[in-house]
Amino acid sequence: MRDVAIIGAGMIPFGRRDEDTLMEMLAYASLKALDDAGLGDKSVDAVYLANMGGGMLQHQSAIASSLVDRLSLLPAAADTVENGPASGASAIKNGLLAVASGYYDTVLVVGGEKMREVTGWRATDFVATMTHPQAEYPYGITLPGMAGMFTRLYMEKHGVTREHLLAVSLKNQEMGTLNPYAHVEMALDREGVFDSPHAVVNNPVSADPLHLYDLCPVSDGAAAIVICPLEMAKKLSKPPVLIAGFGQATDTHTLQERDDPTDLKAVTLAAKQALEMAKLKPSDISVAELHDAFTILEIAESEHVGFFKKGEGGKAAAAGKTRLGGQIPINLSGGLKARGHPVGATGVAQVVDIVWQLRHELPKTRQVKNAQTGLTVNFGGFGNNVLSFVLKRVEP
Amino acid sequence: MPVDMELEAVLRPIQYPMPPYPPKYVVLANGKKMVIRQAAREDVPAILKSVHPCLFIERDYYDVVSARVYGELLAWYRYRVKSAYCLMGQVDGYLVGIVNGRMEDEKVGMSYHTLAIDRGLRIGSHLFAAKMEYHMEYLNQEEVLIVAESPIGFRRWMIEYPLEETKIPHELGGGDSYRLTREIYFKAKPRLVVGDRPVPQDLMDEAMREVKFADDDTIRERIAGLKGR
Repeated sequence: MRDVAIIGAGMIPFGRRDEDTLMEMLAYASLKALDDAGLGDKSVDAVYLANMGGGMLQHQSAIASSLVDRLSLLPAAADTVENGPASGASAIKNGLLAVASGYYDTVLVVGGEKMREVTGWRATDFVATMTHPQAEYPYGITLPGMAGMFTRLYMEKHGVTREHLLAVSLKNQEMGTLNPYAHVEMALDREGVFDSPHAVVNNPVSADPLHLYDLCPVSDGAAAIVICPLEMAKKLSKPPVLIAGFGQATDTHTLQERDDPTDLKAVTLAAKQALEMAKLKPSDISVAELHDAFTILEIAESEHVGFFKKGEGGKAAAAGKTRLGGQIPINLSGGLKARGHPVGATGVAQVVDIVWQLRHELPKTRQVKNAQTGLTVNFGGFGNNVLSFVLKRVEP
Repeated sequence: MPVDMELEAVLRPIQYPMPPYPPKYVVLANGKKMVIRQAAREDVPAILKSVHPCLFIERDYYDVVSARVYGELLAWYRYRVKSAYCLMGQVDGYLVGIVNGRMEDEKVGMSYHTLAIDRGLRIGSHLFAAKMEYHMEYLNQEEVLIVAESPIGFRRWMIEYPLEETKIPHELGGGDSYRLTREIYFKAKPRLVVGDRPVPQDLMDEAMREVKFADDDTIRERIAGLKGR
């Protein structure tokens, strides 16, 4: 197996992009990544495209086939990868395996989603189609509803409080104001969303005990990377970023079938595999992008990955240990919470943000000083299909 | 424009006595304090300057709502609508949203529109709540007739309160009216109607000193959110 590196990364601003079609967003992000890779006229061998809802929301299928034509990348191989909100990381994994195996040399991975084409409740329903079709969906479960129940259990079992959730929300929205690609660029004020009696309107209960600002927004957006063998990457001008490790694990479809619904086994396994492959420990990681579709998930994942012991993640967030300059900076992009969560794009966007961190390209307000390693967690379903990557900076 | 006051006496509708809406302030999610106060008729020309750029924004039916608000406020300014009022929200003196309506008669209120000029802070929710508060607690009306012209309005008013369906036509000419009754209002009040009185003097002075307006591009950016392009 060959070592594989990321040589190009690109993203378009997430948000509500009424003016763009899904295909346009995918094309913009792809062109940015291809341009960043500096391959000139050299095309790519294959395209792996992550998308969850094109068929349902845009009534469009075979999206990868359409994109290669749109980008004049013919006759590159093209596949669309659908794996729920973990589609982005799944597409990267497929590209990674193809390059590592020696079958392809240069691969474009792009993820995108256009969710604001429909009303909020239809978008929520679309996301809920990943729940169990007999045991969950017919009874009206939604992902926020599931996250609310998970949070209640997690609070009871591991001592997480609303103050801990608030710390994640304040941090990530603050980071969003520093990220030009973020959907939500508004810093929250503790009084306005928590302390004041007026917070009952500003930050209402969405799925008890989760409030409005505990949830990520519904977003449009796209992100892309270009990968190739490390030896080839070393000949290019920018510092290559090595995909040092990856892991993927699954869990039961329904939460109620798990021995302990608060135990995110797939997160633990995926991160463990990725770290072992990279020969690193959690404490070796410089910066992480975790899948905070709900604030509780950033806390729970920070524990399951091994950054903190069970029951310590919330306290660590409240103590500022996950902020820039803290023990392990998490979601300096603003995370899903502020950058946004166009489901097919998210797993790729997380990797793009880590690439920028490891190239030391971000402004000081978001850049982890001398970052050498990064970790991502892309969380599909409600933790029933999780992927993790460990990336390493390679000095040119 | 010359005005024939003899003819005006015929053309101008009657006005019910309307006690003033006492100003209040609300702490927003970003920590800024929004003063909600009643606009005077003399404020209308200035308010219209903020409404004007919204006329050209299709997103979320801003064009429709703004065009109607423009006409409603102009009609109020020139005495062509009965017992109308307008409440406005100001942050740091800047106009961030307006709501308007009128008294159909002493018992029935007619809700017109809610126009949030700054978005993402639930300004529309706070202002709509203030409008309902005015009808129920200061005008002491029995019910308010309401229609929504955007999906956001439908979600905020019809579902969040929730309002009662009726078959009563609304004077805006759209769908049938929904109704806010006193019972619905007071049940919803703890979770939807907030604000403190009196407004601290410094906040009130700033709001009263001048109604400030963001420029056209800023307003379009805030509403249509065309960031980064």
